[in-house]
Amino acid sequence: MDDVWNNFDLVVRAFGMTVGLFLAAGIASLAVGLPLAAMRVGPVAVMRRAAATYVTLVRNTPLLMVFIFVVIALPRIDITFKSIESFQEDAFGQVFISAYFFRATLALSLYTSTFVCEAVRSGINSVPLGQAEAARAVGLTFGGTMTQVVLPQALRATVPPLTSVLIALLKNTSVAAAFGIIEAAARMKYFNNRTTEDVQVFLLFALVYVLLVEVVSAASLVLERRWKAAR
Amino acid sequence: MNTSNILFDAPGPKAVVRHRVYTVLTILALVGFVLAVLLRLDRNGQLAYALWEPFVTPEYVQAIWGGLLDTLKMAFSAIIGALVFGLVFGVGKMSEHRWLRWPSWVVVEFFRAVPVLLMMIFLYFAYGLGKDAVLSSYWCVVIALTVYNGAVLAEVFRAGVLAVPRGQAEAAYAVGMRKAQVMNLVLLPQAVKIMLPSIISQCVVALKDTALGYYISSPGLTFVGKQIYGEFQNQVQVAIVITAIYVVVNLILSAIATWVQKRIVGEKKALAPTPFGITDADTGATQGGGRI
Amino acid sequence: MRFTRTRATLVCASLLLTLAACGDAGSDDEGSDVSADTDAASELEDGTRMKEIADDGKIVIGVKYDQPGLGFKGATDDVPSGFDVEIAKILVSKLGIDPESDNVEWKETISDNREPFLKSGEVDLVLASYSITDERRAEVGQAGPYFLTGQQVLVKKDSGISSVDDLKGKEVCSVTGSTSIDNAEAEGMKPRGFDTYSECRDQVLDGAIDAMTTDGSILLGYAALNPDDLEVVGEPFSEERIGVGYSPESPEMCQWITDTLQESMDNGDWAKAFEATLGKSGAETPEPPQMDPCKS
Repeated sequence: MDDVWNNFDLVVRAFGMTVGLFLAAGIASLAVGLPLAAMRVGPVAVMRRAAATYVTLVRNTPLLMVFIFVVIALPRIDITFKSIESFQEDAFGQVFISAYFFRATLALSLYTSTFVCEAVRSGINSVPLGQAEAARAVGLTFGGTMTQVVLPQALRATVPPLTSVLIALLKNTSVAAAFGIIEAAARMKYFNNRTTEDVQVFLLFALVYVLLVEVVSAASLVLERRWKAAR
Repeated sequence: MNTSNILFDAPGPKAVVRHRVYTVLTILALVGFVLAVLLRLDRNGQLAYALWEPFVTPEYVQAIWGGLLDTLKMAFSAIIGALVFGLVFGVGKMSEHRWLRWPSWVVVEFFRAVPVLLMMIFLYFAYGLGKDAVLSSYWCVVIALTVYNGAVLAEVFRAGVLAVPRGQAEAAYAVGMRKAQVMNLVLLPQAVKIMLPSIISQCVVALKDTALGYYISSPGLTFVGKQIYGEFQNQVQVAIVITAIYVVVNLILSAIATWVQKRIVGEKKALAPTPFGITDADTGATQGGGRI
Repeated sequence: MRFTRTRATLVCASLLLTLAACGDAGSDDEGSDVSADTDAASELEDGTRMKEIADDGKIVIGVKYDQPGLGFKGATDDVPSGFDVEIAKILVSKLGIDPESDNVEWKETISDNREPFLKSGEVDLVLASYSITDERRAEVGQAGPYFLTGQQVLVKKDSGISSVDDLKGKEVCSVTGSTSIDNAEAEGMKPRGFDTYSECRDQVLDGAIDAMTTDGSILLGYAALNPDDLEVVGEPFSEERIGVGYSPESPEMCQWITDTLQESMDNGDWAKAFEATLGKSGAETPEPPQMDPCKS
């Protein structure tokens, strides 16, 4: 355990990487998942079907395979995302903007966006029918119905399932360990390799994960409460 | 019922035209995407028969089949273990005794919050290496999946029991049953019926997570895949084939879940199974939580 | 079978404290059954781990399987080959065991599991491009070094990268659990970790990353396999001293390993081993390194 305390900066940086991945992939998943959900409930049959196919395919694929596609298979056909590196100087600095970080974020977002889509869809389904009917009755288009009536209400109902999705994403960032990123799980492996006190090291890393999960849950509770009050 | 019909009117003539334009555009985009992918594969020589040949060569087909069996075995063992784990701690969490409720709560919360992969790495390094190793990487995967899925199922059990109408328990107490009898004879049998689809969809989660064994070299589909692309340098092809196998198996499992739901649960309002736990279809509130 | 052997070792080790000697009584009658080839083996002292291995006639050696020129085993090979393997064979033959026979079990070790394997007795010796460090010496035994190398970078040909400075702030691939990652970070690179070097090599070949970094000897092996696509560039920016790992429970092995290696360096076997393996890529045979003295 001394080894861990003496190199505690490594632990902190590893969890920094975990949180960085979580935030980047979380935002990207929402950005992709919301339009995907709109496509799934929209009036254009082809879009509905395309979105549904994508969601079904990706949801049934292990995240690890998504990573293999993005990190190992895509470079084979010359899709490396290396150009992302040219942004590093000006934008976010050294640590996060890198091809591997981008690939990990992409893999996590491709996967998580399908779950975001389903969570949002269940939220939309939870809005009473009368709401949409009333919106249409006063002459709102599909876009208007969605953005002004259904989605604001759906968002509230979406907070709990979306929280589950985000918590899952937080834990799923650990898969990046197998694909180059030295985040918390890879760092734990590093320490486990050097110590005989595996249990203590595991408990330390596990408890930080528990803490992070609690933070996400707490944030969602605050959000839920605030939006409830606004109702 | 299909909500999507309520969100928009039957399209008028203008909207029909607009939708047609969208349809055409979407189809064009999709076809373009597929073409681009194929072109790209071809340009990089990825459509060459030699790279696909392993998947029609008997030895390799057999190796993949073996990997699939290992994967299924791991997932199945984990689910059986998870059912036991979930039952024990799910019932524990509902206990009236604080000394039982609290530890159960801690155990369930802990294992739900810890990434399965972290658990696997820990098990492998603590108990899976060396001559006095007690666990093979296979069992590291099974145990990690057992405790994680068990913790999720504990919540499923609890939610299932709570979903049994209150009157059932009250009536049972009224005819003089003891606590254990109420749980075992009245609540659990009804709860299991409600929970069955959730349990089966948890199988999908377990099956998908067996892929994580890749990181600790456990047997299974991903491991066989790694061996094959190590030999033939056909990463793209392996990724496509192995993924296809996972998707097909998962779709079969999901179909079983749907069938079971229709058949056994019938018209009764069921807890909608989602990978996040159980979502009450009406409120969207997740009671189970869990992971993707 | 192997299980009983560790037990015996443990029993032996504990007996050693109270009794003066602990050998396989009866089997070692004063050189009467010594054959000409196994002179060295019969000279081993009773009660040492070397003696036990020699008497047992079987040894397990941890080597790398994915480092061409050092320790490499192709899909169709029966046994691994490379410089590490050759050095291991020198050691094995001194135990009276035929290095080409089935009595030598080669076991693949990756960077992450070398210490656990040694500590648990899963392997008797590790020769897996195993750098000597103080941290590792606190956990397991390391004798040598039998080879000096330094961390360099492997890049695609015509990449425009000619030194480590060109890689500052860039991503480089290495193996988790190796010292290379820490060194790369200290040089201002962004290390990315995979499980094996071959995965790193593929990432470099596919253009997913600019470079991989680790000991020059390892990189030379990969460059020799892909001379048209890959090259090793830059001056070494660290000194890696490759040693032999042994169980922390048998400190007596250190002196024996050091002596055996010294002998091979003096009589030319060491140079021969180099020429037959790493030297094949055209590298000049270096001077044998100065080895560390063993503690006590």
